Amino acid sequence: MEIKTLHVSAIENGTVIDHIPSKVVFRVARILLLEDYPEHILIGTGLESKKLPSKGIIKIKDKYLDKEEVNKIALIAPEATHIVIENYQIKEKASVTIPDIITGITKCVNPNCITNMENVLTKFDVISKIPLKMRCRYCEKIMDKQDLNFY
Amino acid sequence: MKNKSLVSITDLSKEQYFRILDLAEEFAKKPKQNLIQDYVVATLFFEPSTRTRLSFETAVCQLGGKYIGFTDPNVSSVRKGESLKDTIQTVANYSDLIIMRHPVDGAARYASEVSKVPIINAGDGANQHPTQTLLDLYTIRETQKTLSGLKIGFVGDLKYGRTVHSLLMALSQFDSTFYFISPDELKMPSRYKHQLDEKKLSYTETTDLESTIPKLDILYMTRIQKERFSDPIEFEKVKNSYILINSMLAGSKPNLRVMHPLPRVNEISEDVDSNPKAYYFEQALNGVFVRQAILCLILGVK
Repeated sequence: MEIKTLHVSAIENGTVIDHIPSKVVFRVARILLLEDYPEHILIGTGLESKKLPSKGIIKIKDKYLDKEEVNKIALIAPEATHIVIENYQIKEKASVTIPDIITGITKCVNPNCITNMENVLTKFDVISKIPLKMRCRYCEKIMDKQDLNFY
Repeated sequence: MKNKSLVSITDLSKEQYFRILDLAEEFAKKPKQNLIQDYVVATLFFEPSTRTRLSFETAVCQLGGKYIGFTDPNVSSVRKGESLKDTIQTVANYSDLIIMRHPVDGAARYASEVSKVPIINAGDGANQHPTQTLLDLYTIRETQKTLSGLKIGFVGDLKYGRTVHSLLMALSQFDSTFYFISPDELKMPSRYKHQLDEKKLSYTETTDLESTIPKLDILYMTRIQKERFSDPIEFEKVKNSYILINSMLAGSKPNLRVMHPLPRVNEISEDVDSNPKAYYFEQALNGVFVRQAILCLILGVK
């Protein structure tokens, strides 16, 4: 824990997303719509981890995200943890879980789907989490993990 | 069903199937009923269709309603590059219900989200065509007096056939036994077979049409398209094995009926047409009654 704080400074209050695979850290930031956030965001990547070959971490000052919002990242960062910090202390810690409905984030695999033809946000119903299977709300095609194609 | 869109056959419960089929039976007895004379129905065909469009328009006319629409997107604003959303929102201002066919998968679901009036999907690309499935169910029940415990043979292109997949899923709620008769290149996809396995329904896959016919209550024929074959020689080899000729029906059960979603090309020989077991033109007529029932239930006049 101390080593981590050396790499990425602690925040007094806010949210920490830990155990993100390094290569998707910036995509996670985008999915969580952090690009326009005006307060401090501290991002570390390429860090050592017991769980992952190389991990990233995002610390967001004075921002609290609801579970559903954070669960969106489970598709690309299934081992991520969502930590709520108050007064430099961990107040809550939870693993992300794949939500039942996935909106946006990934494109539909079917090139003839309306979501790939007009300006329509994708929507998928998750029919199985392990292995991942999700059905497009529009064209009804079923996608699995290999079909994920992020915006 | 009042004011609800009908986009996918999975939108309906088994009870709703029966509600539609029972009402369609009433229209078969008395097709002309002035039930929707105060309503304007729009028919938007972004892709050509004969049977589906004409049977919907006939259904509207028989019910005393009026219809507006286009049969060719080249004569509408679509040609000017109007988005589907804009077209639907505009037409929804002019009509009480929209019937639409579109070449893009999922277009009907999207239309149902942006429209303030209900949408009836008359085919969205390779995805769904729920009124076809309902008229098939109606025809099976009409000819067999039940939907349960039947032996149903599907013939032809079972790999890509939207009609077949949709009907199979609907029938899998009724304890049927299936025979999948197709060339190896066009076999039923495994995802559908898995669903039958899960429901513990039995099915047989075969390439032999003639020897399977005597077992069946319903023979559902579909067209095999040359372009589905990666190897044209393979197509030449198999194409005649899936053509139904009258003599093949000789040993069939007395209650057997031959169905086909039409248009047919050559997969049913014309000598079958005069056989009383040939039922595809009656099936196409049933499309009017079933669509009358759906229109009335969605508009809330029945």
